[in-house]
Amino acid sequence: MYFKKFRMDISKYWKYSMYSAKAILKSEIANSYLNWLWWILDPLCFMLIYAFMFGVVFKAREKYFSAFIFIGITMWDFFSKNIVQSVKIVKTNKSIVSKVYFPKYMLLIIRFMVNGFKMLISCGIIVLMLIAFRVPVKPTVVFVIPVLITLVLVTFGFCCYLLHYGVFVEDLSNVMHIVLRLLMYLTGVFYNPAKRIPAPYGELLCSVNPMAFLVQSMRGCLLYGQIPDLKLLVLWCGIGLFISVFGIRKIYKNENSYVKLI
Amino acid sequence: MEEKHAIEVENLVISYKNLQNTSIKKNFLSFHHKKAENFIAVKGISFYVREGEILGIIGKNGSGKSTTLRSLAGIFSPDSGKIDLKGHSISLLSIGVGFQKEMTGRENILLSGMLLGFTEQQVKEKEQEIINFAELGKFIDMPVRTYSSGMFSKLAFSITAILETDIILIDEVLSVGDQRFKKKSYRKMKNLISNKDRTVVIVSHNISTLQELCDTVMWMHDGEIKKIGDPEEVLSEYTAFMEA
Repeated sequence: MYFKKFRMDISKYWKYSMYSAKAILKSEIANSYLNWLWWILDPLCFMLIYAFMFGVVFKAREKYFSAFIFIGITMWDFFSKNIVQSVKIVKTNKSIVSKVYFPKYMLLIIRFMVNGFKMLISCGIIVLMLIAFRVPVKPTVVFVIPVLITLVLVTFGFCCYLLHYGVFVEDLSNVMHIVLRLLMYLTGVFYNPAKRIPAPYGELLCSVNPMAFLVQSMRGCLLYGQIPDLKLLVLWCGIGLFISVFGIRKIYKNENSYVKLI
Repeated sequence: MEEKHAIEVENLVISYKNLQNTSIKKNFLSFHHKKAENFIAVKGISFYVREGEILGIIGKNGSGKSTTLRSLAGIFSPDSGKIDLKGHSISLLSIGVGFQKEMTGRENILLSGMLLGFTEQQVKEKEQEIINFAELGKFIDMPVRTYSSGMFSKLAFSITAILETDIILIDEVLSVGDQRFKKKSYRKMKNLISNKDRTVVIVSHNISTLQELCDTVMWMHDGEIKKIGDPEEVLSEYTAFMEA
């Protein structure tokens, strides 16, 4: 029942979502001097800061360290921005949801388009870095695609549930800020958790924390010619799909009461 | 001839039960959860609207008028009961839905129109008409952020007034802009409402508006229908009730 509704809603609102995402991107840069350059400058500057802090001050050693960090930032940004925004997304779109019927998870899809676009720009920079550092590109690069798909599915699944509970629990966003900070350090955006955290725990972390696993897999297949742990990848992809489907179902079941609360 | 119904509502109940927001602190501090109040806004009402009919809904504040209207529009679903629209398209007339301040007027027509449920094609066809009606001149290609508040509401009104659906729901009759545009928009509104093919439901506190426009008036009181029928009759009784 929900599946049919989902298909109809997607085809009905897809175009609007595209326009809306474009509008958000445009308005983000409308009044700045450097305009779209910010989409490149922003991750680039953070990479420089982290590279300095962890490369120079803490003497972390990884091959192709700046690309190593940049991949981490790119994926983490996509994940954390979507998570943070999803908690309050119904409230911030009050002017829309209280006036017309709009499938609430489409609000998430719009955010995913916006953040996904920014991620694509960062991916472009990664390609440039690979060329500049003369990283020998191996056939393992094909795994970039399943890793990215898994990233999107897992993130979307979490976001669906956060959208739902964010309506009911006022201070969920405060909690999420703390959780995200912890998770960021556990993801190894600027270090390799498998190497740095003592023996069984580092490896363990890389399999139970989907972000750590995905970031490490991405680095492996792009920079070092390693094949990701396929079983784990399939598992996380399955989990992502599972929570996305149930998340959308949960939203469908409850979305009508959201408006009464905000 | 058999009369056709555009809207049929049966035993509509809408409550705001068990839906309080909570915070984590509240959850920790209160061992005994306060029973969430079960506020029933609409208590099992049934009515129908014929095709082409104009139904006015009147009642004091908090009597469930807007709640009824919003559930008709599908913004939230009934807790029990049935709403049958017989396949008609419906929209709640509201201005400036989904406007993005940084985008131009023209882009906002598309955004707002598509959000109201029209296809890109349909909006594009009506675009020129909307622009003409809004009288914004060259401002139509400037960001909405640069508009005066009057210009903003003129554009917003034009979008909703010109993109029409079979059934229109109106929460208070709108008239916007300066003196002249107010007249024009009110005229447009009246035109829109009195079109024979269009079914309209209006919520208003303005008795003279309802008297002028409606075929039937429904008086709601505390979530129930107190009286429904001929405007003259219902309105005079309502006036008497409110002044007593």
